[in-house]
Amino acid sequence: MNRIRAFGAFWWDFIVGDDWRIAAGMVLALAATAGLAAAGLAAWWLLPLVVVLLLVVSLRRATR
Amino acid sequence: MLLVLAVFAACVVESVEALTIVLAVGVTRGWQATLRGVVAGLAVLAVIVAVLGPALTVIPIDVLRLVVGGLLLVFGLGWLRKAILRASGFKALHDEGQIYLRQRAAAERAGAATGGGLLVDPYAFTLAFKGVLLEGLEVAFIVLTFGANQHNIPLATIGAAAAVVLVTAVGVAVRAPLARVPENSLKFVVGVLLTSFGIFWGVEGAGGSWPGSDAALLGVIAFVLLVAAVAVRWLRGIRAAVPAGQR
Repeated sequence: MNRIRAFGAFWWDFIVGDDWRIAAGMVLALAATAGLAAAGLAAWWLLPLVVVLLLVVSLRRATR
Repeated sequence: MLLVLAVFAACVVESVEALTIVLAVGVTRGWQATLRGVVAGLAVLAVIVAVLGPALTVIPIDVLRLVVGGLLLVFGLGWLRKAILRASGFKALHDEGQIYLRQRAAAERAGAATGGGLLVDPYAFTLAFKGVLLEGLEVAFIVLTFGANQHNIPLATIGAAAAVVLVTAVGVAVRAPLARVPENSLKFVVGVLLTSFGIFWGVEGAGGSWPGSDAALLGVIAFVLLVAAVAVRWLRGIRAAVPAGQR
């Protein structure tokens, strides 16, 4: 059980890294981008905007 | 070309880090077990790329771009976040010389080789194997994601192999950790490139389209670079405003 947990923790750390909020935010942003595209609206602007917001929030948290 | 550049830069960074570990172990514990560990680590990485590479290329391109775009975004933002924190002084710079000394001291403390057999020195073998495998996994991830997306895993592999050969050749020539490689700057560039490709492919995979089609990628890279540079300036300002004793 410990090995399975360690294996999972390794991959979590490898992909998600120090701030899980970035991963969660990106998943939501991709879903919203897909929603905009499916509705026939321009969707390209959303991901760059979310990247900036997530980066600012994450950096601010890391430096407090 | 950008694909090869991104893979090459990422692989230089990881190869320099792996070289530091291998050198520290090899110099301290002897080269036989260390080199066996290196070969075993490289063999596992080759199997991972050889098995997953063809499997990824059969996934429909939109699904692949969505998944790969998302993974690269998360992965790339992690790199970029650390690079920004390092560049602004909130995180210690990566110093191969210091890491080399720490690894050597740990290898010396570990005691004499025991066990023998094929591994000769299990401690040296394991450390070299883990160093190559763990540093190489990030490169394998980048080779697979970039290569599969462009349907050109061999080209991405060539970019990675060129970096490994270059770093190994220089490492053998100087027999010291490559502390003069601008590793922190390279990590910054790789973070910008991974994040930019992640944004670009993420939008396309989600069904969106870019104004200007593929040429928009250059605009995305310029945008992410600008955001990162502004973030470094912003954090340096915050750090400068904090009295030295409170940092």
